Amino acid sequence: MQQRLSFTHAAVALAIAAFLFVFLLIPVGTVVYAAFTNSDGSLTLAHFGSFFSLTLMRESFYNSLYVGGMSVLIASIISLPLAYFTMRFQFRGAILIQTLGVLPLIMPPFVGAAAMQLLFGRSGSVNLLLNDWFGFSVRLMEGLNGVIFVEALHYFPFILLNLTVALANIDSAMEESAQNLGASGFRLFRRIVFPLAMPGYLAGAALVFLKVFDDVGTPLVLNVTDILAAQAYLRITSIGIDDPIGYVASVIMVIASLVALWGSTWVMRGRDYATQQRGGSSLARRRLKPWQAVFAYGWIILVLLVVLSPHLGILLLSLSKVWSYSVVPDVYTLDNYVTVFRDSAGMMTNTLLYCGIAAGADVVIGTAIAYLILRTKLPGRQWLDLTATAAIAIPGVVLGIGYLRTFKDFQLPFTDEPFTAFWLIIAIAYAVRRLPYALRSCSAALQQLHVSLEEAAENLGASKNRTIVRVVVPLMAGGILAGFVTSFLTAAVELSATIMLVTKQSDAPMSYGIYLYMQSIAGRGPGAALGVIAVITVALGTYFSNRLIRNRAAGQDSNPLKTGVHA
Amino acid sequence: MNTLSHRKVRVQIDNVSLAYGATKVLRDVSINIEPGEFFALLGPSGSGKSTLLRMLAGFNQPQSGSIRVDDTDITGIPPWKRDIGMVFQNYALWPHMTVAANVAFGLEERKLPREEINRRAAAALELVGLADYGSRRPNQLSGGQQQRVAVARTIAIEPKVLLLDEPLSNLDAKLRVHMRTELLALQRKLGITTIFVTHDQEEALSIADRVAVLDGGVIQQVGTPTTLFDRPVNRFIANFVGTINLVRGEVSGDGSALHFAAPLLGNRTLTVTDCRPGTAELAIRPHALKVVAAGNAPHDERLWVDGGVTEREFLGEFMRYRVDVAGTSLVADAPHFGGAGHAPGTRVQLGIDPATVNILPAA
Repeated sequence: MQQRLSFTHAAVALAIAAFLFVFLLIPVGTVVYAAFTNSDGSLTLAHFGSFFSLTLMRESFYNSLYVGGMSVLIASIISLPLAYFTMRFQFRGAILIQTLGVLPLIMPPFVGAAAMQLLFGRSGSVNLLLNDWFGFSVRLMEGLNGVIFVEALHYFPFILLNLTVALANIDSAMEESAQNLGASGFRLFRRIVFPLAMPGYLAGAALVFLKVFDDVGTPLVLNVTDILAAQAYLRITSIGIDDPIGYVASVIMVIASLVALWGSTWVMRGRDYATQQRGGSSLARRRLKPWQAVFAYGWIILVLLVVLSPHLGILLLSLSKVWSYSVVPDVYTLDNYVTVFRDSAGMMTNTLLYCGIAAGADVVIGTAIAYLILRTKLPGRQWLDLTATAAIAIPGVVLGIGYLRTFKDFQLPFTDEPFTAFWLIIAIAYAVRRLPYALRSCSAALQQLHVSLEEAAENLGASKNRTIVRVVVPLMAGGILAGFVTSFLTAAVELSATIMLVTKQSDAPMSYGIYLYMQSIAGRGPGAALGVIAVITVALGTYFSNRLIRNRAAGQDSNPLKTGVHA
Repeated sequence: MNTLSHRKVRVQIDNVSLAYGATKVLRDVSINIEPGEFFALLGPSGSGKSTLLRMLAGFNQPQSGSIRVDDTDITGIPPWKRDIGMVFQNYALWPHMTVAANVAFGLEERKLPREEINRRAAAALELVGLADYGSRRPNQLSGGQQQRVAVARTIAIEPKVLLLDEPLSNLDAKLRVHMRTELLALQRKLGITTIFVTHDQEEALSIADRVAVLDGGVIQQVGTPTTLFDRPVNRFIANFVGTINLVRGEVSGDGSALHFAAPLLGNRTLTVTDCRPGTAELAIRPHALKVVAAGNAPHDERLWVDGGVTEREFLGEFMRYRVDVAGTSLVADAPHFGGAGHAPGTRVQLGIDPATVNILPAA
């Protein structure tokens, strides 16, 4: 009996391993191999030499690091006060912060980039007003600054949310004892609060860096091509699949991502502050002094305005016939929506199809890996987890390039179409890229289940498989659903891998469509309309799934086994 | 209405051992549990008692030894085929199912006809006094009610053996005493062989027919509550079950006439049985020591020693004295009706009744 069970486990584990091997390890391995070999197969470092001898590549490399670092910095400056005010002071803006937290995430930065240019660009609304009233203008959207501004504005919620959770988890006694010993104000924050919240902050910061490094759409929409992601894309698509410089750029991107990811955990190694509050009273929120209140609310309102601006801008753009050199559009129309529904309905169905397949695969694989990790002793199960999670460090452009090279000679059976031109490869790329999210969600759900719930089922006569069907999966349903929604929604706005893998217009999903439209001035209206539709879809999806999950959670609330009561 | 049937079975645990690496969790454990017995596994945390219980349920496998239920070896059988019902410490009620669905689960897994499932689930809920709670969710019930559901869910499958893992530990003190008697009544009514795990000696002694005390994965003593309390076989049992005075001394003599001598006794000795010559410890329960004011000792079978009261503690049913006797501190419990008792500083005499003491091997 025991034998047969571990056989099933091993079979499932092998199937997942095979999937990850073929669609993650081999493609990335191929990219790395191509960067280090000559055309005759011999190992070489010459490609790296020629990469760094090109001024454009050197600049791109520095620019990527600069943009990534600066985006983290700006995002931190936005997030730190917001998180601290809401968690430590009597502050009425808490609900606003919550909204702020998810708002930017439902729209990818490249969608808003065009609108941001219209609002903050050299002749955008803000500068027109500034010029009229005060006779000067700000150059927020020039070159790399534009990319940094847009990226920081879109990705700061990763830092904000992680930091908020970290602050909430700090044992109130830590701060109270510091106050008791005389620390207060900024010193309390600098010496106690921030160090304790560091793990959360670094996790968020690393994520922001990864996202920015990975983003190819925003720089391209803003006409910035001298950064790595854009160069990797341009080299492979314009010079060709055999251009070694593209592979070197890819390898550098992977290394930078891994360093950011590992660096954040490495810095915190051995500093796992188990600060989860154990009962007791929560920290009394302090009252804001008048000048603090002015600053806090001022900051919130400013951030809120700026965060909302791409959404507002994209909405205005989608409704405008003409919008240039004016604060708001001159002529309004619904034509853009008509155009989009006429021309791009196929893209919407493509998005639903690809993302549905990807998210479905993700939760099935995620649940299976979570179960193998947490409930079996299968040898090597940690490697599944590690490999699946490693996908987070692989930029979409790199994965796309890897697929193109790995499968370039692979013909689909019964057709003369190459596999790389088959739409399913886009769905597979989404599945691999979003698997880490689904996996986290699924294993968190399983982790919350006390193992005695399963043992009770076995004790009453349910076999392992019956227990999974009747107890494990139903109780994990909330987490599985959350995983599905996260995977689906984030895949719906994925562009980095998409841009590499779309071979014909009829196979393109919405994200690619928006990008294509945004390439031309005339296409910006319809592109914005498609963006609005995407944002509304994602927002509704997030809202309803949150409600569904919350309702389920409410039905199972006060369940002592969720928190795990054991003596 | 009690339509659940239970056959009384014997459970035999023979030479069971289990080790995780170098940590020995159970060492050569053998227990014979009689049909219909209410049996307790008592021990401090880490003693291996829960591991043994989980082994009976099939969640742990012994590395050697066997477990037999009515002479059938169940050692290799997976949990879901054992028919040994277990009530979990945290109840493990499934929050996504109603109370009725929880209770019906095991019956459904046995693919019984619907009417049979409904009948037995209803009977089980009736038995624990929750007949009207079937449509509720577990989280709408109080702790005590949740536990009853957990019991009903387990007895509904008419298990051969009922296992209870720390059944009362998650209840508040008042409810604990109440549920204790209720569990005992239920067990007597069903007559099902029941094994329960606890770290609370009072709980074990008050309801179990027999108790096995474990420490460090080894069975220290198996016996009725009175045996364990009055005739502990070693220092651990004596300390773990109740309060004890231990006095170090020497046993001398041969098989027919053994004598225990200790500085505390002066030049007198206690005539003892059931022990071997050599260093030993005299174990005296506080309530077995008689306390009288100095000079008031009657002439009886007791051996009287002189001492001075150093502390006293009022415990309601009795007064607990700490008495210094020749440099050794003894604890003695005495009824307190009839006055204020003996104040610290006063001289007293302590009477040791040879019939109530035990000689334990020296630690």
